Amino acid sequence: MPSLLAERTESGLNPRQQSAARVTLVSSHFTRLGRAGRGLLGIAILALVWEYVPRLGLVNNYFLPPLHEVLHAWWGQLRDGELLRNLRASAVRSGIGFGIAIVTAIPIGVAIAWYRPVRDILTPPLEVFRNTAALALLPVFTLILGIGETSKIAIVVYACFFPILLSTITGVATVDPQLLRSAKVLGLSPQATFRKVVFPAAVPTIFTGIRISGAAAILVLIAAELVGATAGLGFLINYNEQNFLIPQMYAAILTTTLLGLAVNYALVILERRFSRWRA
Amino acid sequence: MSAQIELKDAGQVFAVRNDDDKRKQDFVALANVNLTIAAGEFLTLVGPSGCGKSTILDLIGGLTKPSSGTVSIDGEPITGPGPDRSVVFQQYTLLPWRTAQENIEFALEAVGGWSKSERKERARRYLDLVGLTEFANRYPHELSGGMKQRVAIARSLSYEPSVLLMDEPFGALDAQTRERLQEELVDIWKRTGTTIVFITHDIEEAIFLGQRVAVMSSRPGTIRTVINIGLDRSASAEEDVRGTQAFAAYRHQVWSLLRERPVNRVGVASVA
Repeated sequence: MPSLLAERTESGLNPRQQSAARVTLVSSHFTRLGRAGRGLLGIAILALVWEYVPRLGLVNNYFLPPLHEVLHAWWGQLRDGELLRNLRASAVRSGIGFGIAIVTAIPIGVAIAWYRPVRDILTPPLEVFRNTAALALLPVFTLILGIGETSKIAIVVYACFFPILLSTITGVATVDPQLLRSAKVLGLSPQATFRKVVFPAAVPTIFTGIRISGAAAILVLIAAELVGATAGLGFLINYNEQNFLIPQMYAAILTTTLLGLAVNYALVILERRFSRWRA
Repeated sequence: MSAQIELKDAGQVFAVRNDDDKRKQDFVALANVNLTIAAGEFLTLVGPSGCGKSTILDLIGGLTKPSSGTVSIDGEPITGPGPDRSVVFQQYTLLPWRTAQENIEFALEAVGGWSKSERKERARRYLDLVGLTEFANRYPHELSGGMKQRVAIARSLSYEPSVLLMDEPFGALDAQTRERLQEELVDIWKRTGTTIVFITHDIEEAIFLGQRVAVMSSRPGTIRTVINIGLDRSASAEEDVRGTQAFAAYRHQVWSLLRERPVNRVGVASVA
């Protein structure tokens, strides 16, 4: 079986030779198709385990129904529109919160990284907030903003804000000083230097934070909806559980997983578009 | 299109903190630097590391102001960076998200005064000059070190500065690429007539490139001697200039100067 050692020490063309000849080395150890096939195999094993562990009585099949029952329930909920209605509620909340976090955290992060005094003043209070878990503040948000949409969106904003803020600060503050020197030699104004040099250089780092936030947005929202809501995937999970609709509950959980996968995949694609110039 | 540069008693002092006793003190990076660089001249600055070579370049480039003395270009004191001077750094300083062509256009956008199509045309022309016509659409990570430095040189020349300042630009390249780029640079210099100030710690590079070699000493950084180099480099393509007797003699002369401890600590520069 090909190991990491065999893979990494394989001799072949170096990257420069590859790019000079405009070719890509074909590894003897793995092919794209082979890897995709193995990935499908992993999923298939998971599905089989889920199907047969309850059937063989290894766990109570009332609390963990076999996969086919869950998929059946999922299909049923999808057809009667229940699933989509709650999925839409969750997607709108997390989308709005995520969006607000992006448009506020990036400018603030830029200001913090660009001006040393702002950084010195804001860093300590931001550290305090950053280390306060978003879910710990859920009661506070509910008290102040009520149990409606506002408190749920607010907690998503809170959870998404800090990863984006921190990655923006890092991205802007760690721009190669040589690039800044060469911009200065060219007589570029500070505004133009920011627009043409600093921001593009920081984009890949900022995107790391955006991706972390994308996952956090869903995570925190589901938790908030579990506690108190009248719609949303978290509400649906909770509702089904309390009414002993166990396969339906698993169907709702599976839907949150799919939502998370979709968001992450979309962000990865977007990130790749913006960082194509990276080696 | 070339300009004369003059450093008169130029000195540069930085505030530092002593690592041993933590006390603040002044660090004299440069003292009494006197140097006149004629319009269209190719001058190389050679010296041990830490002798203030790069500080001289920062002064001429306008990235810093002298603590004492004056630095002027065509009689005017230098107050900041300007499009009459450009710098090529050792690190390639290309924008990694722009292609070779777009990196040159970036410099033209920064300096200003050209339309979009003029920038495109000009960038292409200067890529031709450094022999990278087919690599216009490659990103920096797809180029070798030598190619990246060629792009950086093309970028610096693209807005036709009268002075090109080069800070150990070939320091990170392998020996063969370095020699080839040296020859190309001499060729470009002859064609464009730009004044070039070239910093290096490589004695052979200094002699091969410079019409004059300014030898520096350190602590405080100053110019010890300026040597006129009388080598014929016009035939460099056919003949191995670096292998001649005359070249070896110059090499030995500079080598000896760099080896011996300066007698006069505050060396007075002799200007040829």
